[in-house]
Amino acid sequence: MYPSRFRYEAPRTLDEALALLAEHGDEAKILAGGQSLVPMMKLRFAAPGVLVDINGLEGLGHHEETPGGGMRVGALCRHVDLEHSTVLPGAQPTMAAAAPLVADPIVRTRGTLVGSLCHADPQGDWASVMLALGGSVVATSARGRRTIPVGEFVVGTFQNALEYDEIAVEAVVPAAQGARSGSYLKLERRVGDFATAGVAVALESVGEEVVRAGIALTGVGPATIAATEAAQTLVGSRLDPDVVDRAADLAAAVARPRTDHRGTADYKRHVVATFVRRILTAERAPAGAAA
Amino acid sequence: MTATAEPAASQALDEVKIGGLGSSRPRVEDARFIRGRGNYVEDVTLPGMLHMEILRSPLAHARIKSIDTSAAWAVPGVKLVLTGEMAAQRNLAWMPTLSYDTQAVLATDKVRFQGQEVACVVAEDPYIAKDACDAIVVEYEPLPPIVNPEQALAPGAPLIRDDKAGQADNVAYSWEVGDKAGTDAAFARADVVSTLRLHYPRSHPSPIENCGAVADFNNATGKLTVYLTSQAPHIVRAAVALIAELPEHMIRIISPDVGGGFGNKVPVYPGYVCAILCSILTAKPVKWIEDNTGNLSSTGFGRDMYLDSEMALTRDGKILAVRYHATTDQGAFYADAQPTKFKIGLVHSSFACYDVPVGHITAQGMYTNKAPGGVAYRCSFRVTEAMFFQERMMQAAADDIGMDQAEFRRRNLVRDDQFPYRTPFGFLTDSGQYLTCLQVGLDAIGYDDFLVEQAEARKQGRLLGIGISTMTEPLGAGNSREYDILGIKMFDSAELRVHPTGKAVLKIGAQTQGQGHETTFAQIVTHELGIPALDIVVEHGDTDHTPFGMGTYASRSTPVAGAATAMVARKIRAKARKLAAHLLEVLEEDVEWELGRFFVRGAESRGVTIQECAMAAYSNMPDGMEPGLENNAYYDPPNLTWPFACYIATVEVDPETGVWDVLRFVAVDDCGVRINPMIVEGQIMGGLTEAYAMSNMQFQTYDTDGNLVGANYMDYLLPTAWETPGFELHEVVTPSPHHPIGAKGVGECAAVGGPAAYVNAVMNALRPTGVRNIDMPLLPDRVWHAAHTGDDVSGAPPFRTE
Repeated sequence: MYPSRFRYEAPRTLDEALALLAEHGDEAKILAGGQSLVPMMKLRFAAPGVLVDINGLEGLGHHEETPGGGMRVGALCRHVDLEHSTVLPGAQPTMAAAAPLVADPIVRTRGTLVGSLCHADPQGDWASVMLALGGSVVATSARGRRTIPVGEFVVGTFQNALEYDEIAVEAVVPAAQGARSGSYLKLERRVGDFATAGVAVALESVGEEVVRAGIALTGVGPATIAATEAAQTLVGSRLDPDVVDRAADLAAAVARPRTDHRGTADYKRHVVATFVRRILTAERAPAGAAA
Repeated sequence: MTATAEPAASQALDEVKIGGLGSSRPRVEDARFIRGRGNYVEDVTLPGMLHMEILRSPLAHARIKSIDTSAAWAVPGVKLVLTGEMAAQRNLAWMPTLSYDTQAVLATDKVRFQGQEVACVVAEDPYIAKDACDAIVVEYEPLPPIVNPEQALAPGAPLIRDDKAGQADNVAYSWEVGDKAGTDAAFARADVVSTLRLHYPRSHPSPIENCGAVADFNNATGKLTVYLTSQAPHIVRAAVALIAELPEHMIRIISPDVGGGFGNKVPVYPGYVCAILCSILTAKPVKWIEDNTGNLSSTGFGRDMYLDSEMALTRDGKILAVRYHATTDQGAFYADAQPTKFKIGLVHSSFACYDVPVGHITAQGMYTNKAPGGVAYRCSFRVTEAMFFQERMMQAAADDIGMDQAEFRRRNLVRDDQFPYRTPFGFLTDSGQYLTCLQVGLDAIGYDDFLVEQAEARKQGRLLGIGISTMTEPLGAGNSREYDILGIKMFDSAELRVHPTGKAVLKIGAQTQGQGHETTFAQIVTHELGIPALDIVVEHGDTDHTPFGMGTYASRSTPVAGAATAMVARKIRAKARKLAAHLLEVLEEDVEWELGRFFVRGAESRGVTIQECAMAAYSNMPDGMEPGLENNAYYDPPNLTWPFACYIATVEVDPETGVWDVLRFVAVDDCGVRINPMIVEGQIMGGLTEAYAMSNMQFQTYDTDGNLVGANYMDYLLPTAWETPGFELHEVVTPSPHHPIGAKGVGECAAVGGPAAYVNAVMNALRPTGVRNIDMPLLPDRVWHAAHTGDDVSGAPPFRTE
């Protein structure tokens, strides 16, 4: 467990951090929570020449609502901040459901949501949640600032759309078109294990009618998967059982799981369908009961 | 406590108050552990110390065509690059195993498993050593890998051990025990024959502290000191003397604090031999600290055994005979740590708790291209497999004859009046109250009520299940007639020295790895001498300063070293009695003992304390008596101790996902007299946690290329407090009739007997589906698959990757 030799930099300002990235190019790697990067370095799967630690930077620890049911999450906002957030419950049900399921309590105290998106592990929970919510990543460099939708930000296994001189400073959730509902379910053999399968569902409804829907899948493909067709099926519906079943089947159909020691491909696809059905059935239940 | 009720004014000390038997005194070790003041091998730093790193094979089976170390030598700070060829010049490329096989220290001809040691580098710091390892270029010619016994036996299978003269196949050993003819005859009379096939998967002891050593060869004195994380430092000293051909009196092995062993730290590993050789070659202290992947991929694993079994029964539920064939996957070298006479450990202890007239076991071990070992992971030499097989067979048999699983056990358990009981495979069980334990367990879980609840739940499509595991196991090897390791008999030892002020130091040949020996062994002395436990320090783990002992594994410390401790304390008490007679000016025959004090028979108020006797041993001994108050004892146990346990789990299975949750878990343990009840309960809870892991999530497997799945803690799962169920503990006490204080081993019962309770519970929940077996771990996908198809998931080597 001895990493390769690397240089450690701890800039005090964003400009200093950006300058270091500009100077070192693809040799440099940002250190935020370090919960994936540091283990990979210890195993020598990753061997960055320069580590740019951004933990000393001001103004990146926030998570806050934006008008109309949106959300901003800074690059140093830890999973634990979201787990214990007073902002998320009610306002962001899918995020609130996912926050306590990320990794284990030890990892949650250090790891960050934005770092999880940047790591682009198909097993990452937040990428599914943000994809289902239609969220984006805000990247900054000396050249300027741009907003990248999560669907375009995660380009492959462990691959994101950042240029070498860019830092992801924030993740944003857009305003909602209706009342938010949804959840996140994950099957894991043990707390902190990689997901056998995970499903994020984010709904926006007016009355009982769904006006926008997002479904995304964790750990069942080479990258986070958007179950676009499944989500589209829900729009305009009242989550009647036949619609729910169709969405579950469509979501399972786009999953591309591999058989491994966590389960067979068939089983993982089955879990995706089961979880989609469970989340949607639970969302419908209170409305049905009220009616 | 009882003293107040006595009419005579006994001045005996309150044993629990002074930390004797039955006292849950806090662990004395914890003061340093929780303050970060423990002293592990990694904490040992010597002047001029160098660091060693091992280069491991990426391939499971390959011929080594060349090793180019030139780039590694060129890395600044590198002091030595050692290959197998160089080790061979010292006759150290190979070493003997504890099972009379040989094992490569550094590969010379072939690599035979992924993770095998190929070369090592010694450098000024561990980072440089790792860099230089990465710079070594090894050219391999890949050979077809064998990853399970079936492949090993297939015609035309490549020969793994082509290094061994006369080895024509991949069979490591064959063994059998029992009465074949009698068993066949019993099967001919059977009303019902119940069969079961399953695989106990490969698991790993995974101690939190990996293996490691600091070897320090002093070329001025010729003395070799090795700090080594070992469960058996004295055996290591003997082994090093034999392997490295160094004089035994010039070898000192020190096991400082050991961060868990679970059987993993009994053997001598190539890394230790390399560190010693590197220290000799460099004349500097050399530290080697293994990483997690090194530990998981190259050191002693547990289990990996296949069962093919039959049980002969009468229709009314009486077992007539059992027979089974066990196949073990040994990996590349047959390196089981076990008593030498027994090729598959004590697997024949299965069915020891049942009244079974006759049985027959055959066994065969296979070489495969997997990590070597087969250590007793928290068990007394393969008894974990023995008891798991037994309890899975019991449940299958109960189902086959349509009998309630509790009633079936009740009809077959050995009764209290049958002890000592000779088992069908030759063991003599010492004592127990098996039916009482079973009933305590059934009452605690509310057995009858649960069956009603289960039936109700099934009507709503919910799958509830209840599983029972009852078992005894042989703990405390030897006796010396039957048990030896490389010819050294399995006794144990203790030395006790009482200082003038009545404080004492106890030195034992056993070696704690977290069991709390420093706490409990003092309590045994307190029980025998009345010296408060706080006044006794327990030392172990330094071969220069403790008596020879076989170490701590197989739950043998209390049964053997604990007995030696009681016996040496009794020797001390015998001398103290003479001193007391002298001080009291009476004949020794007139001196009586009560805890902490001798007194004159008939004049109870005239007495002297053990502390006064101790002072007299140094200041006022009678004429002709040798001064001092110390002694030693070597204890050769007359038999093993046989604890009993009844574990009952209730579970609910989610039919849609195959996920199962433990609803309740009841444990009834009879380990004889409990020295420190808190520590006993800790051992039981720890064992049940490991049992849960094995049943639920944990295994090591290899893909078709021989790549290890489970070589890190992302893939090899240790359960956390979040998913581990709560345990409800109960006790029954049947003192061992032959142990000096009536204690039996307990450290491993729960890990041995626990898995079957969980598995039986899930099988019970799935009974309506017709599924008879799912191999551990009962992963959600396996449970879902079995429940949906009605097919067993049995015996198939679980190598599945794409």
